[in-house]
Amino acid sequence: MSDRSDSPDTPASGASGASETGSRETDDPGKADRFTPAERVEAVPPSGIRAFFEVAESREDVISLGVGEPDFTAPWAARSAAIESLERGRTSYTANRGMPALRRAIARHVERYDLAYDPQEEILVTTGASEAVDLAFRALVDPGDVVALPTPTYVSYRPGVTFAGGDPLPVPTHHEDDWSLTPDALAAAGADEADVLVLCYPNNPTGATMTGEELAAVAEFCLEHDLLVVSDEIYAALTYEGEHTSIATLPGMRERTVVVNGFSKAYAMTGLRLGYALAPPTASAAMTKVHQYGMLSAPTTAQHAAIRALEDCDDDVVEMRREYDRRRRYLTARLRELGVAVAEPGGAFYAFPRVADVAPDGDDEAFATELLETTGVAAVPGSAFGDGGAGHLRLSYATGMDDLKEAMARLETFLADR
Amino acid sequence: MDDETRALLDVLVADARESTADIARQTGLSADEVDARLDELEAAGVLRGYTAVVDWDSTDADRVAAVVEVNVELDRETDYEDIARRIAESPTVDSLRLVSGDYDFALDVSADTMQAVSRFVADEVAPLPAVTKTVTHYVMETYKERGVVFDERDDDDRLSVTP
Repeated sequence: MSDRSDSPDTPASGASGASETGSRETDDPGKADRFTPAERVEAVPPSGIRAFFEVAESREDVISLGVGEPDFTAPWAARSAAIESLERGRTSYTANRGMPALRRAIARHVERYDLAYDPQEEILVTTGASEAVDLAFRALVDPGDVVALPTPTYVSYRPGVTFAGGDPLPVPTHHEDDWSLTPDALAAAGADEADVLVLCYPNNPTGATMTGEELAAVAEFCLEHDLLVVSDEIYAALTYEGEHTSIATLPGMRERTVVVNGFSKAYAMTGLRLGYALAPPTASAAMTKVHQYGMLSAPTTAQHAAIRALEDCDDDVVEMRREYDRRRRYLTARLRELGVAVAEPGGAFYAFPRVADVAPDGDDEAFATELLETTGVAAVPGSAFGDGGAGHLRLSYATGMDDLKEAMARLETFLADR
Repeated sequence: MDDETRALLDVLVADARESTADIARQTGLSADEVDARLDELEAAGVLRGYTAVVDWDSTDADRVAAVVEVNVELDRETDYEDIARRIAESPTVDSLRLVSGDYDFALDVSADTMQAVSRFVADEVAPLPAVTKTVTHYVMETYKERGVVFDERDDDDRLSVTP
């Protein structure tokens, strides 16, 4: 518990609701409590999309392009395996690292990305890929360690680094470079002094992918400056152009990389909360230690579903990817016809168009709010994903084609009326 | 078949009313290329028609559908093609397939009344010399038609905005 009076730099009041003195006295004694959040928790601002989300929830006619999860249902074979596991009473804990059968299935599965990991010592099944990322930070980041975060990127990395006691270092990437990460960008941001680099490709929110050559340049930077890498590859199966490349396959990188993946995106299993981490034995053991004290083991029912997903659901993934690809092409083509610049997303299910040119003062939050209030189209302001995202919107095409067309028609009217 | 043509057909199967412009956006082809390929596919007999999927139960129209199994016995003068050509002539027949298993032809038929379906089977199919047996199954409820699920529930319970 921190002593707020000794922490002048800690943000006061604001979103947390704490008063400037740190006390919790209110007019309503029933609502008073004596808790003061820990400093590292207090230091993290609330999610940038929270207020926006509340507006979206208050309307009934919303077409949401703000959803970061598949609009498909998990394949029936996977659901069936989950049901069967319950019918057979498989409701106890599993091994901390996850069911051996699942780890073996994961080892076979990742061979398609030229990744080879030992199910006994190098694979850890987690409660969603989010837990795997969090474990990597908590197990590998010491207080004061600098963690480089290319931005824009998924909103949870920065708080996760802070919660682990690390210092986040934003590394801006740019629309003009198709959001790819370059050694120059890393150097310019001071990442040569960092301890860890977090990658997310295909990327949420930009949809950017990295080619083998682009990753090789980043890998060289990491080797030269001795950076560890946490590579979140949760969207690997949703790669449209070329093949997904994992940085862990590049020379010298396997021994310094934690690869994170999971079942939420490719298999539309978001609610089953299942992910995994691939890492060399030392890192994997450290992450497993944190996991076993915090989570014990990932959900058993979901693990049964995951085994079946890996064994029998490749065709479902191909079908979903084909549908996303169709929507992706439609969305980006339509945006460009409306005069809105957008880098072609090579993966995931997001487009990240630049609205700065058509937004008042280039303010993406104001633009998104006005778009929502005027047309009922919800899109996430790009600045929610870090400074690099300012002036952009994240549009998810994990929504049906009819809604996508209607949303674009409304956007067209909205832009024409401005 | 190249990827673009396959994508074009996928788009049309999902929604035959897609505009040329929207097909172009989804396939990466230009609008002119889409038109040209559609012409080619129609001329080659790949694209045989563009029809609607109708949930007749949601209308007040009288509509009776049935699945008819037909067994036939071939002779030197008559083959499956001959029989199929004869049965397919009737506008009552929506689809006609030669299938493996306990019977030879599977027909999807529809008409305004049950009597009309019965008359079709009794007057146009059963009397054919090659036909040895028919079994008519009237459709009591349609749950899915040509890939479209007839289900009112389309709730999206995902959060409207997520990180």
